Amino acid sequence: MEFKHKHIIALRDLNKAEIELLLSTAENMREVNSRDIKKVPTLRGKTIINLFYEASTRTRTSFELAGKRLSADTVNISTSTSSSTKGETLSDTALNLLAMKPDIIVMRHSVSGSHYYLANKINCSIINAGDGAHEHPSQGLLDMLTMKDKFGRLDGLKVAIVGDIAHSRVARSNIQGLTKLGSSVYLAGPPTMMPPGVERLGNVTVCATMKEAIQDADVVMMLRIQQERQGKTLMPNAREYSRYFGLNPENVKWAKPNAMVMHPGPINRGVEMSSFVVDGDQSWILKQVENGVAVRMSMLYHVCGGELE
Amino acid sequence: MGVEKTVILDGVGIKRALTRIAHEILEKNKGIEDLALVGIRTGGVHLAHELAARLAEIEGETLPIGAVDITLYRDDIKSLAPHTPVGKTDIGFSLEGKRVVLVDDVLYTGRTIRAAMDALMDHGRASSIQLAVLIDRGHRELPIRADFVGRNVPTSQKEKVQVQFDDNNRPVEVVLEK
Repeated sequence: MEFKHKHIIALRDLNKAEIELLLSTAENMREVNSRDIKKVPTLRGKTIINLFYEASTRTRTSFELAGKRLSADTVNISTSTSSSTKGETLSDTALNLLAMKPDIIVMRHSVSGSHYYLANKINCSIINAGDGAHEHPSQGLLDMLTMKDKFGRLDGLKVAIVGDIAHSRVARSNIQGLTKLGSSVYLAGPPTMMPPGVERLGNVTVCATMKEAIQDADVVMMLRIQQERQGKTLMPNAREYSRYFGLNPENVKWAKPNAMVMHPGPINRGVEMSSFVVDGDQSWILKQVENGVAVRMSMLYHVCGGELE
Repeated sequence: MGVEKTVILDGVGIKRALTRIAHEILEKNKGIEDLALVGIRTGGVHLAHELAARLAEIEGETLPIGAVDITLYRDDIKSLAPHTPVGKTDIGFSLEGKRVVLVDDVLYTGRTIRAAMDALMDHGRASSIQLAVLIDRGHRELPIRADFVGRNVPTSQKEKVQVQFDDNNRPVEVVLEK
């Protein structure tokens, strides 16, 4: 199997074998993260710019560590410190950065599809670290790797995703990846947060209630209520949301007894998930974060070997 | 013109060579104290297990065995497009103070061995590293030589040398392709 892409913008663009290759490379790269000397010389001399137009702790730190552990030089730019606050356009910023000869730009942007727009203008690799409500491929991959850790496979798993599906790039990347690898995805959330036509993405079922979605599920993935993306109209208040779509020690029992509970973070404790579940035995949330570094190492490694289309 | 294949070492020959190498390892190290075997993926790992079985027969003790994948340490990674899959490095013991015998199937340019030594160094400070190979085919590009060699085979750089393994990862024969 060969990975020929120069960019990773969406799991939608990758086929099953390519996703499996990214996951198996990540699995084998984990060993680097558990050593005393957490560094390999693979990407020595490569320059990676992390360009973040939206706030991020996990993803940015994780990409930065991934680059550093592969011996690349990584530079972080966030909007508060960049010239975009002075009115520079995305394409001007990118072309200016490009003049400094980076090999990879890892970007997060609030506009869906901004990475495709940039990919046409520049000649280095682009990795999507989240674009609007479109995709967040590294999160999708690390979620899949974490499920594979527990179950040894993705084929035949029932995965419930609960919450604000409409605004969630995490949900979209998971749906794209999981359905390609043979899992069935069940979605639940307030009707105002359910994008119409989402069933067309593949093996996806939209459920009327939370119970229907997580009944007998192998994986329960809770999404963050994105306060910053909500109009006031989507839900009455956090307490009511929590009552109908929050995960607690009672309703988690609807899932299989050995089901795993996941969350992409950051968590609104007490809203989409009670603290008992976040810190409980079934929670794999910190393992997700741990796997994030290995998955991003795998992505950086493979785009460096890709060819410009 | 098709590919011409010659068997340069058969199954019996491989067995004899490995048994001899096992004895040489013991002789040089005066026993198996602090000894460990690390195979280079994938052929070297299979051979490391073969050697370990022989050493256990002779000394009645099993040695720690590790596997090292050198992909992340290659010096030609820039020219590899697309990048090759990464295998698993699995060294389940501390290298600190160990006398490590690195095992590979074919020694050629020496670049693989350089990469494997760098990988071992990152895992810990072994007290020494020795090299055992089944075939030494010459054409070194780095100042590296093997301590234990199954067979020296003069080759041209156009030829290919392959150690073939069966489904149980036991060595079957060594083939020279012209």
